[in-house]
Amino acid sequence: MKHLTTFLLGTVLAMSAHAVEYKAIQPEKSKVTFQYKQMGVAMDGHFKKFVAQLNFDPAKPAAAQAQIDIDLASIDAGSSDADDEVVGKTWFNVKAFPKATFAAKQIKATGTNQFDVTGVLTIKGKSQDIKFPLKLVAQGNAGVFTGGFVMRRADFAIGEGMWAKFDVVANDIQVNFQLTAISGK
Amino acid sequence: MNHSYNAIAKLFHWGMALVFVGLIALGFVMTDMPLSPEKLQYYSWHKWAGVSVFMLVWLRLVWRMLNPPPAYPSTMSPLMKSLAHLGHAALYGLMIVIPVSGWLLSSAKGVQTVWFGLLPLPDLLEKNKELGHLLHEVHEALNFMLLFLLVGHVAAALKHHWIDRDDILKRMLPTHGTTLKDNT
Repeated sequence: MKHLTTFLLGTVLAMSAHAVEYKAIQPEKSKVTFQYKQMGVAMDGHFKKFVAQLNFDPAKPAAAQAQIDIDLASIDAGSSDADDEVVGKTWFNVKAFPKATFAAKQIKATGTNQFDVTGVLTIKGKSQDIKFPLKLVAQGNAGVFTGGFVMRRADFAIGEGMWAKFDVVANDIQVNFQLTAISGK
Repeated sequence: MNHSYNAIAKLFHWGMALVFVGLIALGFVMTDMPLSPEKLQYYSWHKWAGVSVFMLVWLRLVWRMLNPPPAYPSTMSPLMKSLAHLGHAALYGLMIVIPVSGWLLSSAKGVQTVWFGLLPLPDLLEKNKELGHLLHEVHEALNFMLLFLLVGHVAAALKHHWIDRDDILKRMLPTHGTTLKDNT
């Protein structure tokens, strides 16, 4: 009896340790949002379209792969005026640079379902290394990844010319994401 | 009996006259501008000034209650006196309602009003594009009503001065003595 319990327990543990690999992102349960300040007023926005490639086994974070491509034209920056403006040359210049990309280089476990992610963020032809904490919450066969970081729009030439100063639109942009992925073999 | 407005009442009157004309002009200019940092600045300034005016109106009304304005001249008919009271009540009402409509409009458009970029006012409405558009129309219509009343206000003051030749206009002029009882 004791052997059987140990065996069963061992099997369950082995299953949970090996069977979970998060792959397919569910777009309807995922979101990429951002917050910025305009004349001291907190503004919210989000991207409606993005695709992510993920191979993430929480037991083997070092082997994980993650990349997210954001369709910049799908932006909701708070108003239709702003949406029309930010796709233009001085902001994202989506004609020349339709996507923002983040590709993970290294994922390290820092605790149970807590990770540190290092990777390259590329927007408007400019790349920068960024690092941020990532949290995973398992929900049935799905995993919900949440994280966020602060980026400076000037580092990516987002808002050039008359928008380059930060007195109206602040330099710091808080980016947050929540990605829900289904586990599969 | 006091024949003139006191200095504080005059300051409220002329100060707010200037601010209101400026605010309305700024409102027309900023809504016509293409998007630019200046446009966003003008919107913020317009809101800050609007909130300020809203608070000043209450102070002004308190001052008015504590220091009742001089009575209308006996040469005015009861009907004219009632019309004048009604006109002034409408002016005060709009001075309160217009900033509130602007505040609601901001909330519905999803841009919180942060007074002087420091003090956030609560958003009384959820972001709602259609409602935002409707409130914009309401805010504009109320301002046209205010402009209409202001024109009537000025016209009435000039009529009193030039046609009726009473002291209605003079008693609000900054140069007109505030304590002098001699109004011949």
